[in-house]
Amino acid sequence: MPNIPIVETILNVNDQLAEQNRRIFDQAGVLALNVMASPGGGKTSTIGRIIDALRDEARIGVMDGDIVAIDLEGFAAQGIPVSLINTGGNCHLDANMVHSALPSMDLSALDLLIIENVGNLICPAAFKLGSHINVVIASVPEGADKPYKYPAMFRGADVLLLNKMDLAEYMEFDVAYFRHGVEVLNPGLTFFPISCRTGEGLGDLAAWLRLRLAEKAQARG
Amino acid sequence: MHELGVTQSLLEIATRHAEQAGATRITRLSLVVGELTSIVDDSVQFYWDLIAAGTLAEGAMLEFRRVPATLRCANCAHEFPLSHDRYVCPRCESSRITVAGGEEFYLESIDVDLPAPV
Repeated sequence: MPNIPIVETILNVNDQLAEQNRRIFDQAGVLALNVMASPGGGKTSTIGRIIDALRDEARIGVMDGDIVAIDLEGFAAQGIPVSLINTGGNCHLDANMVHSALPSMDLSALDLLIIENVGNLICPAAFKLGSHINVVIASVPEGADKPYKYPAMFRGADVLLLNKMDLAEYMEFDVAYFRHGVEVLNPGLTFFPISCRTGEGLGDLAAWLRLRLAEKAQARG
Repeated sequence: MHELGVTQSLLEIATRHAEQAGATRITRLSLVVGELTSIVDDSVQFYWDLIAAGTLAEGAMLEFRRVPATLRCANCAHEFPLSHDRYVCPRCESSRITVAGGEEFYLESIDVDLPAPV
């Protein structure tokens, strides 16, 4: 029986669409973030803090992959452009879902697009969206073993936040063990310990994002 | 449930190559799946049986070759399987470790029927 050698990556279709999204973001001069975490890890709170820190200097929009619009209503009430990507219970966003939602956002009126992924540390890791920065949020109550259990998620991160640091002393969170796991998977990964409750570390995160926005503005010319 | 999109992509790749070769039927697909990809064989198989129906690939067998996740020690170059609790080299105890394998996810080859020569 004839055998045809192929060796073609199977996620190719998603990757191609993700590249298309990336080109659209670049043409509009928008910096796009893909925010990933477990349910309850602090995606929405962190996005809220980023908006508080940067809204006077950057035009920000939020896309949210969710089944209900609860998270977005708060942002919309503050005058932030929002778009719900109704995932119908799907376990992750993919490039096509983001692509389909793009017409609902006026990208030319934005500097920063924050895409909140579905709460899940497994599936979102496999699907590029075309974003420039993959933001992964872990949180102290989840435990320090997460990089060992979900290696793909931490491997694909461009910046890692460890949220709820105000609980670290009560949870006996082993930061060294956590950071070693991350370092193996993703050497040199930018890391910010933060607390959305106390504000710890958020200034550093905002400063880092400000630099990324400045780079984007420079590329735009 | 993300295996549906993956399976559609798989069917698209396989039929494209089969058509290019002028094949009349696809009988087997050989897949390489790394441990770090979070793809579940049974799920792919489930969707495959549904979406391959009525195509060149109807009834084709899916063959999964799993590639274990492996780490490499940057100190002594020893390669060892990933264990999910400790990232330390079992030979020299170094913690300077990098990922060496397990992220593969591709269609390696297909077996096809070609039309009988005239």
